[in-house]
Amino acid sequence: MMKNRLINLVYQLAALVLAFGVVSLILLSVDAPPSEAYTNMFKGSFGEMRKFAEVLVAFVPLLLVTAGLLVTFSSGLWNIGVEGQVVLGAIATTWVYRLFLDSDLHPTLIIILAIIGGMFGGAIWAALTGILKVFGGVNEIFGGLGLNFVATALTIYLIFGPWKRPGVASMSGTVPFPDEFSLPLWQNLRISPWALGIALAGIVVVYFLLQGTYFGLRLKAVGKNFRAAYLLGIPTWQYSMYSFLVCGALAGAAGAMQVAAVYHRLIPSISSGYGYLGLMVAMLINYQALWAVPVALFFAALNIGSIQLPIIMKLDSSLSGVLQGVLVLFVLLAAGVRQKFGRKA
Amino acid sequence: MSQETIIIGLAGVLASAAPIVFAVIGETISERAGVINLSMNGTILLSAMGGFAVAYNTNNIVLGFLAGMLIGALVALIVAFASITLQQSQVAVGFVLALTCRDLSYFLGNPYMGVPGPRLQAVPIPFLGDIPILGQLFFRHDAITYISFIAIFLAWLWIFRTRPGLMLQGIGEKPAAAYIRGANVNLMRYVYTIIGGALIGLAGPAFSLATRAGWMGTISGLDGFGWIALSITIFGGWNPLRGAFGAYLFAFLQWLGLVLQPVLTQVPSQVLQVAPFPLMILTLLLVNIGNAEWVERALAAMPEATRKIFAKLLRAMRTSPPAALGVPFERD
Repeated sequence: MMKNRLINLVYQLAALVLAFGVVSLILLSVDAPPSEAYTNMFKGSFGEMRKFAEVLVAFVPLLLVTAGLLVTFSSGLWNIGVEGQVVLGAIATTWVYRLFLDSDLHPTLIIILAIIGGMFGGAIWAALTGILKVFGGVNEIFGGLGLNFVATALTIYLIFGPWKRPGVASMSGTVPFPDEFSLPLWQNLRISPWALGIALAGIVVVYFLLQGTYFGLRLKAVGKNFRAAYLLGIPTWQYSMYSFLVCGALAGAAGAMQVAAVYHRLIPSISSGYGYLGLMVAMLINYQALWAVPVALFFAALNIGSIQLPIIMKLDSSLSGVLQGVLVLFVLLAAGVRQKFGRKA
Repeated sequence: MSQETIIIGLAGVLASAAPIVFAVIGETISERAGVINLSMNGTILLSAMGGFAVAYNTNNIVLGFLAGMLIGALVALIVAFASITLQQSQVAVGFVLALTCRDLSYFLGNPYMGVPGPRLQAVPIPFLGDIPILGQLFFRHDAITYISFIAIFLAWLWIFRTRPGLMLQGIGEKPAAAYIRGANVNLMRYVYTIIGGALIGLAGPAFSLATRAGWMGTISGLDGFGWIALSITIFGGWNPLRGAFGAYLFAFLQWLGLVLQPVLTQVPSQVLQVAPFPLMILTLLLVNIGNAEWVERALAAMPEATRKIFAKLLRAMRTSPPAALGVPFERD
């Protein structure tokens, strides 16, 4: 067992080295010194407290989305629609805030209602994908993807239509909410300890849900073998729906954090692709909840660090996406190589 | 709208569908062999950027198209290696490649943003191009659009009317049976995945060197076509003719959205732009719902006459994937 873990680690380290090797070659091909690029990315994410706070701002939604995806992956579902679920979470949060704009309710209560609203929004959008899958036979990959595009269009429609700023509508989003509607921030940094706490609570809940409950056990049984689980008397399609709802609620919470703690309004790119990135994190950690925290933090750091690249080196910031993708690809390939050739050794 | 503008519009629909036609045919061939190439969205972007960069630097359009095909074939090779040789999840590997290739195209394509470069010109075919209406519709296009017409029929002929095509269907439907008949299943899957990938790779330069000439990075609006092409492959029931029909239908709806925008002023333009996506979900629902259990039960409860009509309708729309799609083949 111990030896097995060690071999696994060796394979994963090899994948990491190879990934950095390939990305270095890509950098060299555009005449950019790799070491300089990596140093800039590192400084851009861990160099100052202010920058590290930005990493944590990205870490919050990424961790929540990853937590949700661990649930759908456990039940054998490919919830690519998670991106749209984040967006609907943000839309629903904005909607609740707008409802209570002139109310006498205590702001804390309004924030709580808005976050719960966001979780509902995400869950409903996930349920749509689930209904299409369970009752319509539409593969969740395609249903989810289509709904992602619809969700983005809905955001833009709301920003330029019914929720537009008085006078001019613009890509900068809706009118910002009053200060008392925002989650309190850490001193003068942009990160809210409450958002961080909610994200960590999300992954802890999912960890115990999957490891320690009857629900989690049945969910995994459905994911491992749908037919066998059905024959054993597990209500299979209901469990598929539950996993969509749980994942959607967590993704919706991620969207709520984007509105309540970061942007304080609805903007066109409110989800910033965290849904897709969460899928990568979930694949990279091989669906083990404990690894979600360090890997999501690493991915968030790459994203924030890469913002420096266009400023300092005139490179496109999509380098972080290339690095993340190549890394996940090599980890997948390494797992395959190990299964195929490791057995014989 | 005059008849003239409608015909020019429809001819434009046929041309603008060409990239999607290539992608759908490529994916159809790959999936017929049993391998889902989910990387399509990224492959198209990377080959669009790569094809444009090569054509720009060599000032040779043909080289640009070849570069796009090479990129598509290489990405497909990774999918094939990971899924056939290493038996990893095709969906996982394909999805990672879809994102990675997309970001790579933005990263490497940065210097080519908005740079004017070579593009294909229309080549009217003598005599045929002068036929009223038909000439304008079919015979005044650029070379890649003509090739797309030919590719549809060649792919259909190959899959359904030749012996190797029969074998191709076999390795996707019943690989064990094909193996017993002497087919090297895994080698054939490699070959067809790579050929399919090269066709998908042709879609990129068909955008960047013809229908939407140039490379515009994130604002190119090309992000999403790969996913659309994937669902059109399902809509097409893994048949190049029906798949091409789906591609034309999609391009037609896009054109209609543009034409209707000034007419339907009360409908926000954003709604019309994404209309193809809910329509895509709806068509997938229509072609799949016949497979759902509750539909069968509902049908059984209907009176004889209505049941027959509904059953016929559902059967006409229904498509079923190759039986061994996504399942690795291992000799015992």
